[in-house]
Amino acid sequence: MTIEELEQIAESVRRENANFDYEVSVCMDLACASQGSDKLRDALLRSAEASGKKVLVRRTGCMGPCSHGPLVRVDPDKTLYGHVSPGRAQGIVDSLGGEPVAELQCELNEHFDSQMRVVLENAGYIDPEKIDDYIAREGYKALVTVLMEMTPGGVIHRITESGLRGRGGGGYPTGLKWGTVAKAAGDVKYVVCNGDEGDPGAFMDRSVMEGDPHRVIEGMALAAYAVGASKGYIYVRAEYPIAVSRLTMALREARRRGLLGINICNTPFSFDIEIRLGAGAFVCGEETALIASIEGKRGTPRPRPPYPAVSGLWGKPTLINNVETYANIPPIIRNGGKWFSSMGSERSKGTKVFALTGKIANTGLVEVPMGIKLRQIIEVIGGGVPPGHTLKAVQTGGPSGGCIPAEMLDIGVSYDALMAAGSIMGSGGMIVMDDTSCMVNVARFFIEFCMTESCGKCIPCRAGTAQMYTLLTRICTGKGTMDDLALIEDLCVTVKETSLCGLGQTAPNPVLSTLKYFRSEYLEHIANKRCPAGVCHMHAGAEADVFAPAVSQEVVA
Amino acid sequence: MTDAVEVKTLIIDDQEVSARRGQTILEVAREHDIHIPTLCHVEGLSNVGACRLCLVEIKGSNKLLPACVATVFEGMEVVTNSERLRRHRRTILELLFAERNHICSVCVSNGHCELQTLAQEQGLTHVRMPYRNPQLSVDASHDRFTADHNRCILCTRCVRVCAEIEGAHVWDVMGRGINSIVITDLHQDWGSSTCTRCGKCVQVCPTGALFEKSKIGTDNPKNPDFLPYLNLMREAR
Repeated sequence: MTIEELEQIAESVRRENANFDYEVSVCMDLACASQGSDKLRDALLRSAEASGKKVLVRRTGCMGPCSHGPLVRVDPDKTLYGHVSPGRAQGIVDSLGGEPVAELQCELNEHFDSQMRVVLENAGYIDPEKIDDYIAREGYKALVTVLMEMTPGGVIHRITESGLRGRGGGGYPTGLKWGTVAKAAGDVKYVVCNGDEGDPGAFMDRSVMEGDPHRVIEGMALAAYAVGASKGYIYVRAEYPIAVSRLTMALREARRRGLLGINICNTPFSFDIEIRLGAGAFVCGEETALIASIEGKRGTPRPRPPYPAVSGLWGKPTLINNVETYANIPPIIRNGGKWFSSMGSERSKGTKVFALTGKIANTGLVEVPMGIKLRQIIEVIGGGVPPGHTLKAVQTGGPSGGCIPAEMLDIGVSYDALMAAGSIMGSGGMIVMDDTSCMVNVARFFIEFCMTESCGKCIPCRAGTAQMYTLLTRICTGKGTMDDLALIEDLCVTVKETSLCGLGQTAPNPVLSTLKYFRSEYLEHIANKRCPAGVCHMHAGAEADVFAPAVSQEVVA
Repeated sequence: MTDAVEVKTLIIDDQEVSARRGQTILEVAREHDIHIPTLCHVEGLSNVGACRLCLVEIKGSNKLLPACVATVFEGMEVVTNSERLRRHRRTILELLFAERNHICSVCVSNGHCELQTLAQEQGLTHVRMPYRNPQLSVDASHDRFTADHNRCILCTRCVRVCAEIEGAHVWDVMGRGINSIVITDLHQDWGSSTCTRCGKCVQVCPTGALFEKSKIGTDNPKNPDFLPYLNLMREAR
């Protein structure tokens, strides 16, 4: 494969597409597919054939505003239709060349205009099962160019220059990580892609893997070249069967095109990727647990150091990055590090994909430049909370993150600003809550999640989260006391400071942040046995519950 | 801090000590009679850093490090017994006491229990948290030993000694989080498992979770000190 051959493939795709007057793209991502977009596509294909017009009906990955699905986009007019049922297919095909179907049109210009798409640049424009579609949009150009023209050091330099930081949540500088693995001693090295996305309400990585799988593969190949690895693993959770099948197909197509395998592009560089399925444990998103899981062991974390960069998979230097991190690599290589670092804020460069969910008009996937005001995301891109309700808080970072109150919406979205607000960037979950959400109940939900997902290896996480859950349940049922609250705060500190891995160390964050900003709600539950949001069911006569264990019991020693 | 220097000097609790490169803080501290409480660590087995009792403070870092796995570096200043650490240790022990059914007065290991000793040593007098009182089984199917999960603290010493020393790997952990439990083979009865009956797991168990049937009451001291000797003899061979 050479640049010229890539260009030829791209050209043939363009020629083929030029045969059609209209392109009708149907979003087949999970949210739209669950509402029958596969039937819609069949109906569109039938109507298009019957109409005699030259129409290309294309299946695509997630277009973004999932709450308006099933989505259909008609090019070249760029008309976006929402809530399209299969019965509407005929109408859409008939309208081609004339006036668009007004009642189906989505007015989402503001939603899209405030976004900046880098990772999702192909989402909604390519068929994820066709490698040629990806190549036609500059796919694999970065890889072939790098193999022909750049040294591994040059690649790392470009990534460092871009200021890209890990998108899995930690925000570790990617260039630094690559440099460490490249310098680590050893001739066998591994590149691992962490696709074990597990935060409640987050689906960024799934959309990328399902909608643009080749982007992840190209990013990994570039990483492998940079650090000197010849073997890669994509760790995907088994709950994402479509992502698994798309990736499997993408790997096969890439191999067929000679973009993976031995001596890629007739260079000494060889690289191939294997898929490993996670069995549903959230903790396997933690890198040392993920390594154990790939090795076939029980997925539990181990203390670091040694870091995986020095001793990872089977004791070899291993580079682990998140799906979205790899998806950022090809455009950085193509456009240069300076292009990337021109986007974003001071210490957080580029863009970030968020999965916007909760009490908001436009739920779905959005990609915004770092540093954008939270208010912009919620009110302009998200379309605000439903009428008649007021925004209460925004939860970012999943179970490791925190709740940012409505008063703080003017902070910019960056690693440091979110950290300072008591939350984290996390992998990109963003849950919007209005006045119908009880913040104590939200904290309890996340602690319950951490409790059931704790691996059980270290005591503070295993028993600490369970105790916090019990105590929060007491408060939520009107049985809580001020002593319980003091104990929760005490446990937060111990679990945070003494847990072995990131899961435990960040598990108290939802509790700490709600205690910081919504303490009055906790006090209302305890003192007046009342849930201000009307979510928690208080037991009648809760105070007199004789079965509730006393606050202090003596150790039998 | 060059790695070429084989001998490191560092300070543990205001005491200047020397160490070999690659030694853990715990090893160095014990050599110099500085006490750091441990529970999942047992000499002769691999370290997992799971109990978090051996966490120590390093000057200049806010992060607490497990002494059993953290290795020394030149000029390191270690604090092993600050008020912050003591508070964390007491809370962790409280969590253990409230997690399962630890009732010392009716336990075979009363008086020989590492958990009990640690609680006394750390000045734990009360448990502030609600006892969880889980209903757990007792496996008495083995003709020589009994496993009482009510007293297990999931330190995984049994798992490690069986896999690393005996080479049988009969024990392992099943389940997740608060529902974790140690099992024999694929959750068979201990008596019908592939257990080699060597009894090492019983000797290293810090509590009364694994005990010998013939010994009842308080007359059940355990002796995990055979492990370092066993390892020494193996290496010499």
